[in-house]
Amino acid sequence: MEFNILAAGIMIGLGAVGAAIGVGVLGGKYLEGAARQPELIPLLRTQLFIVMGLVDAIPMIGVGLGLYLMFAT
Amino acid sequence: MAKELTSSSYIQHHLTNLTCGKVDEGWTCDPHRVEEMGFWAFHVDSLGWSVFLGIVFIVLFRLGIPKLTTEAPSGLQNFVEMVVEFVNENVRSIFTSATNPLIGPIALTIMVWVFLMNLMDLVPVDYLPELAKGVGLEYFKVVPTTDPNITLGMALAVFILTIFYSIKVKGLKGFIGELTLHPFGKYMIPVNIVLEGVNFIAKPISLGLRLFGNLYAGEMVFILIALMMFFSSFAFGIMGGLMQWGWAIFHILIITLQAFIFMVLTVVYLAMAHETEDH
Repeated sequence: MEFNILAAGIMIGLGAVGAAIGVGVLGGKYLEGAARQPELIPLLRTQLFIVMGLVDAIPMIGVGLGLYLMFAT
Repeated sequence: MAKELTSSSYIQHHLTNLTCGKVDEGWTCDPHRVEEMGFWAFHVDSLGWSVFLGIVFIVLFRLGIPKLTTEAPSGLQNFVEMVVEFVNENVRSIFTSATNPLIGPIALTIMVWVFLMNLMDLVPVDYLPELAKGVGLEYFKVVPTTDPNITLGMALAVFILTIFYSIKVKGLKGFIGELTLHPFGKYMIPVNIVLEGVNFIAKPISLGLRLFGNLYAGEMVFILIALMMFFSSFAFGIMGGLMQWGWAIFHILIITLQAFIFMVLTVVYLAMAHETEDH
């Protein structure tokens, strides 16, 4: 049953890749927007955290299920 | 437990709810017989904690309502006003399509309640289950939002409210029209139903599963770090303690963010239900 560990590695790794790209693009755009219109920073920060929470959820779920596969079964 | 304590049994123990239900001989609280209970199996711990935290929320916010004095407001009142203002501001900026005096209270309740339920995750994983074991309950799961029944139940309530307000604002005809006529016009109704139906059903499911998944993953990491402290040497124990702290501090961000997101998405869905203009 060593395939469990491989599966968990793939889950966590690919989830991290996707979320990293997503959060990178998101943060870059946020900085761009903030540099262009600094007076909108409070508004943008709220929206940034909402979208970050949405993006962040999926790899986090992947990590949880991956660790479950690795240790509990 | 008489069983040998292995890492796998420790994790399983922490992920099993205190389930009560009716079997052939009468009512029982043995999670191993959940198959016999069938549909009427209650997760008593999740239900109890969520109701208890709901009462905590109501009492706390009732105590924070200002009394008629001329003095400067004190700690609890400031806190309650801050939370209410924060929610009010967010609802005002999102919910612009109509006026509905119920949306603000719904948003406040959802945010604070989900936050309190998530907050139980920061209680160290073994404290309350061990206490429960002291009074004879073998299985006890503390965080209600790591139980998909609770999160999906809340998402279902939001879903029903969405349908209710859609029908109330647009009429039954308008609601059905929105589901059937939307992307391609009236000659492609079957395609429209499939496309809009998926969209419609996916909302509550993703709403509930997102909260559940985040909290479940967080709980899982706490349990695994706790495992490291139990089954390894002293040095590993110290390191595990530090890791618990680190993860708990990171988790403060997650639980607040997820409560906030649950609220925002609820308000967004309800705002979409109130929109009447044709697309």
